[in-house]
Amino acid sequence: MPLLENGQIVQDGWTLVQDDQPLPEGDILLPLSRLSEGLGRNGKGRLGIVLKPDERVSDLKEALPRLDLVSLNFPIFRDGRAFTQARSLREHLHFAGAVRVTGHFLPDQYEFLLRCGVSQLVIPEQSDLAVWHQAHERITVAYQPSVLNERPEGFAFRRFLSS
Amino acid sequence: MPHSSQPPADVGRYAYDAVDRTFLKQRVEQFRDQVQRRISGALSEDEFKPLRLMNGLYLQLHAYMLRVAIPYGIVSANQMRTLAHIARRYDRGYGHFTTRQNIQFNWIRLEDTPDILNILADAEMHAIQTSGNCIRNVTSDQFAGAARDEVLDPRVHAEILRQWSTLHPEFTFLPRKFKIAISGSAQDRVAARFHDIGLLARMGENGRAVFEVYVGGGLGRTPVVGVKLRDDLPEEDLIAYLEAVLRIYNAYGRRDNIYKARIKILVQALGLGAFRDEVNAEFMAMDRSRYRLQPEVVAAIRARFASPVFEDASAASAQLVAQTKADPAFAAWVNINTHPHQQDGYCSVTISCKPAGGIPGDVTSAQMDLLADMADQYSFGELRITHLQNVVLGHVRKDNLFALWQALSAKGLGTANVGMITDIIACPGLDYCALANARSIPIAQKLSQRFSNAALQQEIGALRLNISGCINACGHHHAGHIGILGVDKRGEEAFQITLGGNSGEDASIGQIIGSAMSEDETVDAIARIVDTYLVQRKPGERFIETCRRLGAAPFKDAAYATA
Repeated sequence: MPLLENGQIVQDGWTLVQDDQPLPEGDILLPLSRLSEGLGRNGKGRLGIVLKPDERVSDLKEALPRLDLVSLNFPIFRDGRAFTQARSLREHLHFAGAVRVTGHFLPDQYEFLLRCGVSQLVIPEQSDLAVWHQAHERITVAYQPSVLNERPEGFAFRRFLSS
Repeated sequence: MPHSSQPPADVGRYAYDAVDRTFLKQRVEQFRDQVQRRISGALSEDEFKPLRLMNGLYLQLHAYMLRVAIPYGIVSANQMRTLAHIARRYDRGYGHFTTRQNIQFNWIRLEDTPDILNILADAEMHAIQTSGNCIRNVTSDQFAGAARDEVLDPRVHAEILRQWSTLHPEFTFLPRKFKIAISGSAQDRVAARFHDIGLLARMGENGRAVFEVYVGGGLGRTPVVGVKLRDDLPEEDLIAYLEAVLRIYNAYGRRDNIYKARIKILVQALGLGAFRDEVNAEFMAMDRSRYRLQPEVVAAIRARFASPVFEDASAASAQLVAQTKADPAFAAWVNINTHPHQQDGYCSVTISCKPAGGIPGDVTSAQMDLLADMADQYSFGELRITHLQNVVLGHVRKDNLFALWQALSAKGLGTANVGMITDIIACPGLDYCALANARSIPIAQKLSQRFSNAALQQEIGALRLNISGCINACGHHHAGHIGILGVDKRGEEAFQITLGGNSGEDASIGQIIGSAMSEDETVDAIARIVDTYLVQRKPGERFIETCRRLGAAPFKDAAYATA
């Protein structure tokens, strides 16, 4: 499925490894249960972890400096737990790697995702990129701080979003 | 972009600037596009639903319903005229004030909504977050900035919360809706203990506010009185602390069952101590400087509110006394419908939207226009919608009360029943609502008619009667001294009676006294309950007090006594 990053469709070089598969070479995404195995892996590739909505971000705290990607999931677009997970990764744990979302979310949530610190979105095949761009550009004002540290404007927590 | 070029225009209300107006217009265009995508089929109804709900648009039994936000209940005269216009042009000439200080229009066409939102935006109004699983319109004291017992004006902080919660990136897809109320008076007029978060502000050191924080209150299917989470939250940490509470809720609130998804269930499941520990851990871990509410930020928001410029009204009280002596009906209205003001010679007036036999909270376009005119003439162009579905003029000179009362009475808005048995709260019920089991409006009308005699009402005194058409409790029946709950009894509409609810500092939840009855039986039963009170009460005892002293038994016996 297409991977949206910085407004562009980019190549996804990561391999998602299931629970019982042997670890391949290259950049791999593992479930949280295989974190220590991944950290102990010999070889060159980068390591990412898939966090389920009910798993705690704080469980990654020790390992985060050695991770390049954390992948979060929306079982359905109404289930907003990934917003909190993403923001905790950025704001509490100062994670500087990629934060990816998969599953069911809408273009109308794009700006919220970005402002919570999500940097990569796995979007459906045949997605119209124009709809996503529009969702990002339509609203230029926000009323609360975010991990993107937008430029404050006038009163209270108001700020301008960058497009 | 200029943001502070013009001084604030409206008394009691945050004045928008160019940036705020730009935001609202962008929001309207976003929704226009979403409606287009729904009509074209690009969005499924399931996907469109949360988007329209986030703009206050419900699909009800017969039509779409649009719920317009009235932040902390304050509306200017010109905004009221805009609401009257919308009711006239896009609805059937009336609107309905809700228990969350908003207004609903019940006969809206989907394709008209972008245009309606555009008209609202021109009046600095919107329908953002009046529905959906997000932080809803923040409610406040209807006597804010006026009440004699007020410690600080809660509207400034309510506005800060409104802005902060608007399109919050993290908290717009919560497990369930989230309601915040804020009061600046020791007397809780906002039902703080029946909200997801209730804030009671008091003045701390250095003239800065301190907040008591209640969490986990609410009505609905599982009525719960909120518990105190924190006693001494400093103003500068208000936003940071709410962020921490919301984060814990968003992460751990239940999502498998919508009836178990409110924060009250999470607080109960974890226990208050463990919930508080989670919130505190989050609060300590977060970068609080990012959310710190600096005194200059509060001052900047406060400066966007224009203040009323009071005149010398020292002779007003004497004139009022003379007028009340001359007209007992007027005297009764003054006695029942006014509230003490900070300023000598002024008072706040509650205009009852509950005439005898009327529909609680319904107001016609013509009445809205009159309310706007009265606000312009007598109250600095400012009105407040109350959570009891009435309208308040905050700052009225006492020597203007007689003229005001006459003008209101001529249009059916002069009823003297605030806080009395016919000041009924009722949800829209099965006449409009897709969730309801029973119609709330006809039984409200019958009860209103039954007790319409002014002398009888005054004899009965303070009595809160609340009606919900189903278990979701939009009519706050659990918080009524007498509550009525509509149920489905083998395919027929029927009603259960609750007794002993209250929403103030001594909040309590009304308990069901017995099996459901038909509409007319229920009206008769309530009349017998009230008669029992009149016989059993001690001198000066209000209904709720007699009820608490005696328990439900004598009232239950009366309710089910068949002549």
